[in-house]
Amino acid sequence: MIELKHLSKVFPTADGDFEALSDINLTIGDGDIFGIVGMSGAGKSTLVRCINLLERPTQGEVLIDGENLMDLSPARLRQTRRSISMIFQQFNLLMQRTCLKNICFPMEIAGVPAAEAKKRALEYLDIVGLPDKANAYPAQLSGGQKQRIAIARALASNPKVLLCDEATSALDPTTTRSILKLIQDINRRLGITVVVITHEMAVVEEICTHVAILDHGHMVETGTVEEVFSNPKTEAGRRLVFPEGARIDQFPVASVVRVVFNGGSSYEPLIASLAIDCGVKVNILGADTRNVNGKAFGSMLLGLPEDKSEAAKAMNYLRAQQDVSVEEVPDYHG
Amino acid sequence: MDKFLNQMMAALTEPAMQQEMLNGIWETLYSTAAATVLACLLGLILGVILVAGEKEGVRPLPGPLMKFINIVINILRSVPFLILMMMLLPVFKPLIGTSIGTPAAILPLVVAAAPFVARLVETSLREVDKGVIEAAQSMGCTPFQIIWKVILPESKPGLVAGFVTALITILGYGSMAGFIGGGGLGKIAINYGYNKYNYGVMFVAVVLIVILVQVFQTIGTKIAVSLDHRITDKGGKRRSKKETLGKIKENKNKSIPNGMR
Ligand SMILES: Nc1ncnc2c1ncn2[C@@H]1O[C@H](COP(=O)(O)OP(=O)(O)OP(=O)(O)O)[C@@H](O)[C@H]1O
Ligand SMILES: [Mg+2]
Repeated sequence: MIELKHLSKVFPTADGDFEALSDINLTIGDGDIFGIVGMSGAGKSTLVRCINLLERPTQGEVLIDGENLMDLSPARLRQTRRSISMIFQQFNLLMQRTCLKNICFPMEIAGVPAAEAKKRALEYLDIVGLPDKANAYPAQLSGGQKQRIAIARALASNPKVLLCDEATSALDPTTTRSILKLIQDINRRLGITVVVITHEMAVVEEICTHVAILDHGHMVETGTVEEVFSNPKTEAGRRLVFPEGARIDQFPVASVVRVVFNGGSSYEPLIASLAIDCGVKVNILGADTRNVNGKAFGSMLLGLPEDKSEAAKAMNYLRAQQDVSVEEVPDYHG
Repeated sequence: MDKFLNQMMAALTEPAMQQEMLNGIWETLYSTAAATVLACLLGLILGVILVAGEKEGVRPLPGPLMKFINIVINILRSVPFLILMMMLLPVFKPLIGTSIGTPAAILPLVVAAAPFVARLVETSLREVDKGVIEAAQSMGCTPFQIIWKVILPESKPGLVAGFVTALITILGYGSMAGFIGGGGLGKIAINYGYNKYNYGVMFVAVVLIVILVQVFQTIGTKIAVSLDHRITDKGGKRRSKKETLGKIKENKNKSIPNGMR
């Protein structure tokens, strides 16, 4: 379990101190795939680098299985870092070593005998699906293949935690998917806790179980992906989850409600049945809907008719639905 | 002109002159080799200290110490080589027992060339990707492991190229040392050309030096290229294997620093 307590990081810069992280509190459970999302500059990289103390927090605690890394001696810290692997956007492979030797590297550092290291490295090459690249140099690989080698290298130290800082941001969508699949697979098969840093919500949707939203160094929302995605509570959350915002038709509307889908129902049947069952027609003012782990999530803005009784009928009907929550939007401005 | 050609012929055919030339080649080779090995070793150590010891380095050293090393290197680099040699010859005299001849020139050569090598090494080491060093840190490497297993191996091609540059520079310095009592081809060229106006012999000696430089440079470049497994091109296009290999070669040629001439 990873716990960050009252973590803050201040960078002294030419024009005064810059607080990149302020009072972050976060708990990441064993076996989670935990997403940390935020706009560029929100402090995501800084946060993940604090987890293995590549960046030393200015204040606060970093607890891994209850042990505060801030208190460790340099030697003990190095020991602990071996159980926290990290992969990077730019892969950061050793360019003058073959893939096999790259994967052997962490074992070499840990003092694993060369023969055994090689044997295990070959197994990891297999896991990441590149058994024929043992003797290739990183420069001869595509970006996706390089990231696979980096993942194999990250696994080689038998880690409890895998930190991924924008691990797929340099890759095309198809390759991104396959790498995410691999990470998910590793999480399930080896039970490794994964922390995924990204600015792409699609990545979170694809694999994460939990998510935290970071905005200008503050952690504004955290919870399961379902919770946060179905009903983001903060402006920053909504901006990330629904980047397009709500698009509005030109019809004048009396009152507006936000209908939030929490998985299960899908959208069109609901609107259709609203019309059929209650005979009430509503305007769809905007919708942003998505599919998370096979379930429907998202929200929709509905404009209700002027007629008060019809509007009430529609509200009651919507409230009766399962997996749907409804809230009025009091001062809606197109 | 005839005189010049005759002198040249003499240098190439007369047994005594031939012997002198061969001696000169031998002296040049071994003094250059010895001075290069020592200068590169010293330069490598200094270069590693310069990079690893700075404030943001993998093993920061006290600031005043770093400042001191930098200043000493800059001073040694800024004194003209011949003057530095003249100053250093008497310093090393007690150690070597003589201040003329080939061995006498080796240690001063080392002291004069090591700071230059240190800067070449420094430049090569700084080219290692910060991200790779960070990755190594995240794996729990000690500073020594990062230097020994990451920084040095990753910059090997650049280091080798730097050492070749050092070798050739030291060959040139060594020839100039002929002016102040050093041995080798440089001394022959200076003796005959400058002192005796025998330009034929001087020309032969100079051509021999040029040939040595060409040979060292060619071999050195080949080695540096064969050691490099990077593709510097970031185009990231997928290529067939054959094309890729061609590309590697092309890029390797490009990646040899201009400093090597
Ligand atoms: N060493 C540093 N010195 C000063 N400021 C820094 C330093 N490192 C990061 N920052 C600042 O901290 C903020 C957060 O940076 P960070 O790299 O964590 O952002 P990020 O969320 O990872 O962004 P991106 O998605 O672009 O990678 C930025 O405003 C950045 O300028
Ligand atoms: Mg970042």
